[in-house]
Amino acid sequence: MSLLDVRDLSVVFQRRGERPFTAVDKVSFSVEPGQTVGLVGESGCGKSVTSLAIMGLLPQRGNKVTGEVLFEGANLLELRPDDMRDRRGRDIGMIFQDPLSSLNPVIPIGVQVAEVLERHQGMDRRKALREARQLLDAVGIPDPERRLKEYPHQISGGMRQRALIAIALACKPRLLIADEPTTALDVTIQAQILTLLKQLVDETGTALIMITHDLGVVAGLCDTVNVLYGGKVVERAARHELFARPRHPYTHGLLNSVPRLDSVRGERLHAIRGSVADNIPWTEGCAFAPRCNYVVDACLEGAPPLEPTATGGDLRCNNPVPVEVTVP
Amino acid sequence: MSDPITRPGVAAPRDGADQPGTDERRPGMSERGIGLLGERKKARLEELARASADKGGVSLVRDAIRRLRRNPVAIVGASIVALFVLMAIFAPLLAPHDPAQRFDELTKNLTVDNIPGASSEFPLGSDPLGRDFFSRMIYGARQTLFVGVVATLIGLSLGVLIGAISGAFGGWVDNIMMRFTDVMLALPALLLAISLVAMASRSSQWTVIFAVAIVNVPIFARLLRGSMLAQRESDHVLAARALGVKQRNIVLRHMLPNAMTAVIVQATLTLSTAILEAASLSFLGLGDPDINRAEWGLMLGVDGQRYFEVRPELAYYPALAIIVVALGFTLLGEAMREAIDPKNRR
Repeated sequence: MSLLDVRDLSVVFQRRGERPFTAVDKVSFSVEPGQTVGLVGESGCGKSVTSLAIMGLLPQRGNKVTGEVLFEGANLLELRPDDMRDRRGRDIGMIFQDPLSSLNPVIPIGVQVAEVLERHQGMDRRKALREARQLLDAVGIPDPERRLKEYPHQISGGMRQRALIAIALACKPRLLIADEPTTALDVTIQAQILTLLKQLVDETGTALIMITHDLGVVAGLCDTVNVLYGGKVVERAARHELFARPRHPYTHGLLNSVPRLDSVRGERLHAIRGSVADNIPWTEGCAFAPRCNYVVDACLEGAPPLEPTATGGDLRCNNPVPVEVTVP
Repeated sequence: MSDPITRPGVAAPRDGADQPGTDERRPGMSERGIGLLGERKKARLEELARASADKGGVSLVRDAIRRLRRNPVAIVGASIVALFVLMAIFAPLLAPHDPAQRFDELTKNLTVDNIPGASSEFPLGSDPLGRDFFSRMIYGARQTLFVGVVATLIGLSLGVLIGAISGAFGGWVDNIMMRFTDVMLALPALLLAISLVAMASRSSQWTVIFAVAIVNVPIFARLLRGSMLAQRESDHVLAARALGVKQRNIVLRHMLPNAMTAVIVQATLTLSTAILEAASLSFLGLGDPDINRAEWGLMLGVDGQRYFEVRPELAYYPALAIIVVALGFTLLGEAMREAIDPKNRR
């Protein structure tokens, strides 16, 4: 049994008097214990909404979540709020994008780490603080004793993200969801944080869902990659497969647009033409069709189905990029 | 005033703590792991970090105090307030006479068109009843401070209660509470205070305090509710929810303390308006009917006004005292607002 099995998860935002907006459209994927799964896509493709829906953190009003989120067989979407609250932080941890705003500015770091231990493991404050000290040490924060008493604004961005990782992993959850954990950090710190995440995930056997728009992150970390476009999974493949032979024109375009060190001097970067605003609704065809170089007539006649490929992945495309065309 | 805060010796090593070894580690080659950072390097880092350690963290409060100390406006405000508070506390020591006692030396010369002026024994002369005016001024500080502080505290507590409930629950609870505060805000403050005092069967010091407190409740409630709602949407509250923190703790530990700063600053500003409002009520004769109680508003309204042509000092001094004290609290409050405002943080 998979650790997490997301089946046909849909999130529809609806406000009175407005046209409903489908942010996540029948997304299915699964995560095995200890596995690292990537959710990749550009802004607005539904990555973060997917993660919030899994955690049950979407606002109570104004949206409709359907489908199933099976965590070790139990459907998280049907849990009572209290039971879900017990699971958050204990079974599933989460790391957010902006490490400064995700920490409470008026509480010392140590207390924030201790809080989750007190909540889920019933420790008293002193024991929790001792444990917090070790956790900070484990995530590579120098002089943890002193950091325990410091406030978030007093430590650097990298250290804040480390502290958040310590908090998320404090109760040794079986699944960690990292929502663009490196976006707010500069490149050198990004590398450190990713290395740390990988190391901790390997050590503790925690499964990781990595949400990112950064293909470099995916390349370094993920076992399987789900590429999202317009709220739907358009391609799913093992990491090596995806990077060597991207089949969906969108994935292909993304990989093509990565600047390369070995490109000819003065050569322009490849871009995917148009913007997300050009999308057509999935009901009328492939959302990517207006921007696609491989578009055929069938693309405008309803959404193509997600079909298994010969290499063990899944693909939602009428006219995939031929296998021979590799990324330059 | 907006010079960047530099803490010598702290910034550089701290930033440095994240950087060493980065050139060797890229995501693609993450196999090398953090363990290879080298124990020596790690020890060196810790050493650096410890060397740069200031004792404990510089909390938000201490940071604000440091900024306050550089602000001349804050210094002036704080000095006035400190002087006033000391005067109130040590009134029995400072005042040469009992403020309620009538002196024969003074009543002797007291007529409708003559009130004895300053003498060596009575520095500011007599009041219309032959009591020592100077002592009464000093004791007035006590009364004013007491009314101002207690009224503000009561207003603050009630306002925080209403605002916190509103902001934490939202929805219809919020709606009802806020319509209630709307009604109170719709009436001018002094008019509302007068109506409240008039509702009491017998006016006393406490009717004034409650009236002033209740006038200030909606201001606190509104302010807190607004920042609570903003906190509710904040990332760190979402992060706390993602950790499964209980609703009660999210409100009390994560939302309320973050939302309180604005309210605390408002409280300092409210101290000055509370003093003014209490003085206004006394001036209008709606305060404590006890004629022995020394109260600036009462002294200004009853004695000062009635005998203005005979001895205008009876009006000048209480008026000046009220203005200066209110100014002191306002200056301090404004400076605090500036110091705590996150926009002014480095």
